[in-house]
Amino acid sequence: MSAASRRLGYVADALAQVGDGGLFFLAILRALPASLRYLGETVRQIWFVGAMSLTIIVTCGLFVGMVLGLQLYHTLSIFGGTGALGTVVALSLYRELGPVVTALLFAGRAGTSITAEIGLMRATDQLAAMEMMAVDPMAYVVSPRFLAGIVAMPLLACVFNALGIAGAHVVGVTWLGLDNGTFWSNMTANVELWDDVLNGVWKSAAFGAVVTLIATFQGYTTPPTSEGVAYATTRTVVASSILTLALDFILTAFLM
Amino acid sequence: MNSASAQSAATVDALVRIRGLKTVLGGKTIFDGVDLDIPRGSVTAVMGPSGTGKTTLLRHITGQLKPDAGEVLVDGHDVVRLPRAELFDLRERIGYLFQNSALLTDFTVFENVAFPLRQHLRLPEALVRNIVLTKLQAVGLRGAAELVPSELSGGMARRVALARAIVRDPMLLIYDEPFVGLDPIALNQVLKLIRTLNHTLGLTSILVAHELSAVSRVADQVHLIAAGKIVAHGTPQALSRGETDWTRQFFGGEADGPVPFHYPARDYAADLGFGAAP
Repeated sequence: MSAASRRLGYVADALAQVGDGGLFFLAILRALPASLRYLGETVRQIWFVGAMSLTIIVTCGLFVGMVLGLQLYHTLSIFGGTGALGTVVALSLYRELGPVVTALLFAGRAGTSITAEIGLMRATDQLAAMEMMAVDPMAYVVSPRFLAGIVAMPLLACVFNALGIAGAHVVGVTWLGLDNGTFWSNMTANVELWDDVLNGVWKSAAFGAVVTLIATFQGYTTPPTSEGVAYATTRTVVASSILTLALDFILTAFLM
Repeated sequence: MNSASAQSAATVDALVRIRGLKTVLGGKTIFDGVDLDIPRGSVTAVMGPSGTGKTTLLRHITGQLKPDAGEVLVDGHDVVRLPRAELFDLRERIGYLFQNSALLTDFTVFENVAFPLRQHLRLPEALVRNIVLTKLQAVGLRGAAELVPSELSGGMARRVALARAIVRDPMLLIYDEPFVGLDPIALNQVLKLIRTLNHTLGLTSILVAHELSAVSRVADQVHLIAAGKIVAHGTPQALSRGETDWTRQFFGGEADGPVPFHYPARDYAADLGFGAAP
């Protein structure tokens, strides 16, 4: 096969994957009413993808906030505007960094585990066994994880934001000597609940849907081999990261 | 012989009736016009060389896989054309034992067996417990109720899967390779269980297996599949006498016969680099 036709084959495969992913999304939507019966399973998944991701979110949120504090303090001091540190940190976190970085971390922490789990269930015939017991795996396995992603991601992003602001406060106020009152009053005066905070929340809910859609799709359709599961987890991280950042641009353009 | 036996069987009450089944998977013809009847209340074994599509046949019967042509009637329902909701209703009355047990690894043995009950019936917890323990007792694993699947041996996992398959007292029980990995004690118990279930509950069983000795102790009739068709059909005793080429080769375990032992390949000597010049 020539290089050109091979490349064309890759493109065709990628497009077919996008189409299959779209159909899979519709299948999830169809299974959502039935999955409400498995509310306990959804709660368990929220705990699994949400609470179990807290360590990485808390740690990374703190460090991102601290580094933001350092960098922005340095930049703002050039213009003599260090008083705006709280505002700038809060706006960058709420509007951009919180949702996006949380989504990227979530894809690495929870997305991969969802893919591997469902992929192994496929490889060991557990999904087929559910089908044979007249339990729809789309409703019992996939939809609860999808819902859990949509619920957990905004909550994780909020935790990330809170820890980020705490980190910036530690660096800016405690370490670099910025006035505590200035830090908070500037922030509260300039950050809007609807325009800034909730904008980020909608975004992260959308990211939660995208990342868990990709993770469940990759797991559900993985070839039942160890190599297949390995590739599927890799594809989850790659596709989630790309789509998160692309979607971020689109959403930002519309929500501005 | 095949069509004649199918017609005579059609007069009896068949729980599963397959007509003109044709299946092509990945360019390979698996079934080329299979007619098969499974009488109600019988134990029917499906045997055949590896790769002839015995598991595929079971997947057709349960509607997991659609054939390219033909009809599959289970209790009067055409599973090929049945809407998904009705197919699920039908599956609630079918127990299926997977080749690799397919236990849910997140759950304990008890919860695995209780899973079909909890999903479809709202029963008091005490009743669920009693039903599950009764079924586990039947397979000798009541004491293992709190173990998780990763702590079980292959044979134990198969017996748990069997308990799960019978937990709702199905009308049809399908066993895919039930005897693999069982020691002689467990094998005996499983054979007894299959017979007892058929006699006491009046259910119908289909089993795919290779062990003729085990099959002849439990099955009422055997269908031998090869080359995409039912090549022989009858009681295990009649078939093991080997009156046709197919039965003689299969039950005699001979390498030479209508079924090739070797996967199609080019000339052996040429493959090793001897003989014909390149």
